[in-house]
Amino acid sequence: MERDDVIEYSLHTHHSEEEGKKIRKKIYFVTFLLSAITAVEVVIGILWGRSTVHGFWWETIKWFYIALTIVKAAYIVLVFMHLGDERKNLKLMILVPYLVFMLYLIFILLKEANAVGSVWATHV
Amino acid sequence: MAGHASEHIDSANAWGGKESPFRVSYGKLMMWFFLVSDALTFGGFLIAYGFSRHAHQGEWPIGEETFHSLPFLEGNYPLMYVAFMTFLLIISSVTMVLSVEAGHRMDKKGVIKWLVATVIGGIIFVGSQAWEWSHFIHGSKFGKVELADGSKAVVHAEQFGEIQNFTVQTAGHHYKAGQVLTNKDLDLLHEFQHAVEAGHVKDKMITLHDGSVAKIAKSNDVGMYLVVKEAGSKYELRQHIEGAEATKLYYDAAYSGEAKRIVYGANMERNEYGPRQYANYFFFITGFHGFHVSIGILINIIVLIGCIKGTYHARGHYEMVEKAGLYWHFVDLVWVFVFTFFYLV
Repeated sequence: MERDDVIEYSLHTHHSEEEGKKIRKKIYFVTFLLSAITAVEVVIGILWGRSTVHGFWWETIKWFYIALTIVKAAYIVLVFMHLGDERKNLKLMILVPYLVFMLYLIFILLKEANAVGSVWATHV
Repeated sequence: MAGHASEHIDSANAWGGKESPFRVSYGKLMMWFFLVSDALTFGGFLIAYGFSRHAHQGEWPIGEETFHSLPFLEGNYPLMYVAFMTFLLIISSVTMVLSVEAGHRMDKKGVIKWLVATVIGGIIFVGSQAWEWSHFIHGSKFGKVELADGSKAVVHAEQFGEIQNFTVQTAGHHYKAGQVLTNKDLDLLHEFQHAVEAGHVKDKMITLHDGSVAKIAKSNDVGMYLVVKEAGSKYELRQHIEGAEATKLYYDAAYSGEAKRIVYGANMERNEYGPRQYANYFFFITGFHGFHVSIGILINIIVLIGCIKGTYHARGHYEMVEKAGLYWHFVDLVWVFVFTFFYLV
């Protein structure tokens, strides 16, 4: 079965019992972190709901939520999906085009929605 | 020329063609490609959602006002249910990554154990989503009301006054005059909401589905207040209307005999929470996500069978678990964003 012209990368991912312990420790840490972040989000949502907080403070809470979301997403992708352990060029190939494209779309969305919203507000 | 041939190139820098530049197997790389394209799809959906939401501004529903119920319990528990769903998905992501870790140690029993846990977590999640959808579709007891001035408001209250009975005044096909209908005869709340939405209730008299006309006996609601979501000629956006004024405005609309003054729950055309697109996006995005979870459960079950049969053990590695895991974590990743942009922000 073993072919010498193909490298079986799948066989290189094995690790020992001790390494496993370390990896599990990291997994439990991330579990705790993700749960804690979610708990913080929900507590903020209950204490300072959007219907009670306005203006500057709501903007602050909103950006705080978005920051926490990105932290959560980063831990899921880098630790749970093991992208952090992959080679640098694989990481870049996956993340950079996606993020560039998404940031561009978000920019368009905000720009266009503001324009359309103001037209709706004044003409409809 | 000869000089070039003798020039030494470090083997770490030269690509001989045999090695993958990414040092991962073909299958894993292709899974990543798929996930990037799927992430673009979800990204596109959420961007479209953000666009509509941003353009609508004030009328857009608030997460904690729309999602505040728990199964089997009355009362107000904002965000608790979705928090539970989020936690569930995080935990099932953890069991998946533990399964992958066990695979790296060739621990067959461990892989199977954690994979079973993942499948169970996924099934509970999809079940929770089904409840969430059902609740969203059926809506609250009050619905959304269109007030006399044309403004539209959502209704909040501590308690919905119970409907005691309908006393039939004019007989129809089914019920006789003088008959007192209770929940034993028909679902009073369901019949009431149906009639109110269709405009079959006028001055406390309800026309039932069989054509009979009955008098409604209903207790008073407690602590009702309205929040205006669409301005009319009198009331402004986000205005709170409380007390007797709220009750009068609400029942003037409910007992007006006009159709669609009160809207309950949600469908593709109208919903009680906010603009039409809101429910459409809710169904589409959470539906597409739920579909992904269902497919993930299926993939996990197939991989689980492979594990139990020893297919991967014989192969010498558990990379199939890792690839299924990538997909599963991706589903969790999407939920993190759905949670933020549908429920929190």
